[in-house]
Amino acid sequence: MKDAIGNVQRVFVLGGTSDIALATLVKLARERHGVQVTLAARAGERRVAAAASLEARGMRVTEVDFDATDRASCEYAITSAFEEAGDVDVVMVAFGLLGDQQRAWQDVDAAWELVQVNYAAAVACGVLVAKRMRAQGHGAIIAMSSVAAERPRKSNFVYGSTKAGLDAFFTGLGDAVAADGVQVLVVRPGFVRTKMTAGLAAAPLSQTPQQVADVIIAGLVAGRQTVWAPPTMRWVMSGLRHLPRSVFKRLPV
Amino acid sequence: MDSRRQLTGWGRTSPSVATVHPAGDDAHLVRLVTESGRRGVLARGLGRSYGDAAQNGGGLVVDMTARSRVLSVDAGTALVSVEAGASLDQLMRLLLPLGLFVPVTPGTRQVTVGGAIAADIHGKNHHVDGSFGSHVVAMDLLCADGTIRDLTPESELFWATVGGMGLTGLVLRATLRMKKVESAYCLVDTERCADLDDLLRRMAEGDHRYTYSVAWIDCLARDTSLGRSVLTRGWPATRDQLPPKLRGHALDFRPKQLAVAPPVFPSGLLNRATVAAFNEGWYRKAPVERRGEVQSIAAFFHPLDGVGEWNRIYGPKGFLQYQFVVPFGAEDTLRRCIQMLSDTGQASFLAVLKRFGESSGGHLSFPSPGWTLALDIPIGAAALGGLLDGLDEAVIAAGGREYLAKDSRLPASAISRMYPRLDEWRDVRRAADPDGVFTSDLARRLGL
Repeated sequence: MKDAIGNVQRVFVLGGTSDIALATLVKLARERHGVQVTLAARAGERRVAAAASLEARGMRVTEVDFDATDRASCEYAITSAFEEAGDVDVVMVAFGLLGDQQRAWQDVDAAWELVQVNYAAAVACGVLVAKRMRAQGHGAIIAMSSVAAERPRKSNFVYGSTKAGLDAFFTGLGDAVAADGVQVLVVRPGFVRTKMTAGLAAAPLSQTPQQVADVIIAGLVAGRQTVWAPPTMRWVMSGLRHLPRSVFKRLPV
Repeated sequence: MDSRRQLTGWGRTSPSVATVHPAGDDAHLVRLVTESGRRGVLARGLGRSYGDAAQNGGGLVVDMTARSRVLSVDAGTALVSVEAGASLDQLMRLLLPLGLFVPVTPGTRQVTVGGAIAADIHGKNHHVDGSFGSHVVAMDLLCADGTIRDLTPESELFWATVGGMGLTGLVLRATLRMKKVESAYCLVDTERCADLDDLLRRMAEGDHRYTYSVAWIDCLARDTSLGRSVLTRGWPATRDQLPPKLRGHALDFRPKQLAVAPPVFPSGLLNRATVAAFNEGWYRKAPVERRGEVQSIAAFFHPLDGVGEWNRIYGPKGFLQYQFVVPFGAEDTLRRCIQMLSDTGQASFLAVLKRFGESSGGHLSFPSPGWTLALDIPIGAAALGGLLDGLDEAVIAAGGREYLAKDSRLPASAISRMYPRLDEWRDVRRAADPDGVFTSDLARRLGL
């Protein structure tokens, strides 16, 4: 159970090597010793390193294999996390690919992979997790969307379209499961300096995973449904969303 | 007649959704228990536990207030049999005119008998009369296997149920030994105490002369006034002690609710400035010393019952109550805890301090000989978690514990360090309910 002051006991991360997810876990570890974490990700060095760094901070970590391109793998990871003893207080849907924009809109394999991972697998996980959380009568699902979901731009519209789909699904899911005591928090970060964006020039208002984690935890504790990181992004994107298309497409974004 | 509903405790934090069934007859409850499913079943009374004790997310919750009849009254022996959903308010209204008062009353009348047993509640008379469970002579408990057992204080399951937070079964009926009184009034002595030393000394020296004793501490007072407080103590008034105009209807008891708090208060209304102003005014208003004042039972025991839904004044974020007991001899810990609260300025309305007497036999019963402090704290300040974790450690180090009926945030690791008889309780519970049919959000959070 999330307690009266927002401490959680068990967290399950789909995409357990995500920098933003790990930054969020580190902050949760600071609040309380012995928080249980299940990291679902592909087996390998990155997952091992993530687990070790969380254990060093006093978390109790379980690892489970998870491959977002495989539907059976989604079902397996979620079943094994929820069959363990104890309710899951928070699930983070944190996996995703940025992809190569130029390939993604011209190469069907690249486009298919992005859609599969960022949208189809996210929806599948959302469906499966929501069912489990409704049965508990409490819990929170954190879905990593993006400001790109709000108005996909020409420089990465395939990625943007998958996030727009994910965003719409989890926003609707939040309304569908609210009566069952389940909170769905859709997180819309701007440019974040992570391994996903390594090598790219930072955009304005860029931030660290730790800053995004602060926004996520504040939204979680306050019971919010949507948060922007940084919060000012909300007003920036609101402006961009209402720009006429003729103007928007000429912007260097 | 069931429905899925979001439930919280009195502190309005950590909601969860359960299927709520109004309690029907015994056969109905047997069916609910034996067919409860994976998420189990739990009894709920009037929802005055502050945290998640009366919630069972995803499972069944039985609303016991649907069963609230008084079954028999014997004015001679003062033994009264009631259904578990009967409230103390109801018992006072019905039985005070017969000269029978509940043996123990907390700061509100709005609790059920079942809840009073499950939390083994205490009142201002704990130092002489003990907790609620000590006045229960028998109860009917619906167990996980669907049988109804008639328990008396000779059985282990009885004492696992007293203070057992509803996790051993559904209490259906109980027989209580009431307290005989001549009036619905108390004679009250009030004293203002300049600081904590002054207060502790007066309580240690004088409490034994009184049936009822409690002190209200201004937790925001600092430095030399740390622990400044108002001590009120009294006895049940005999008819002869009342002023003549009250003697004719000495046992009348018809308290009224003066107002209901509307659901419009913002979070943060109770902050350091507003609470400090309130506390100052309240301390100044108290007499330096007053003896033998006649107060009604409602005014003396249940001042907050005059305002319905008063928990709303803390706003939508809710609040928590922190209550602990430390043994006699651990006065330094008590002082340090008050100092920590005062230093961080966590706004609390007046904190309540009381001396506990002997424990009842409940394995998980909270009261044990020592000093107990209780205070309300609004949710909001980021530093709150760290402050309370620090208080937990101080309390545990002194051999103390916290009250499960108030708790909404303890980590599972703290419980075995606070309740030395936890394993004993678990054995009795496992024997009575091997599959854990009776469970709650609190039980899951604390791994009870």
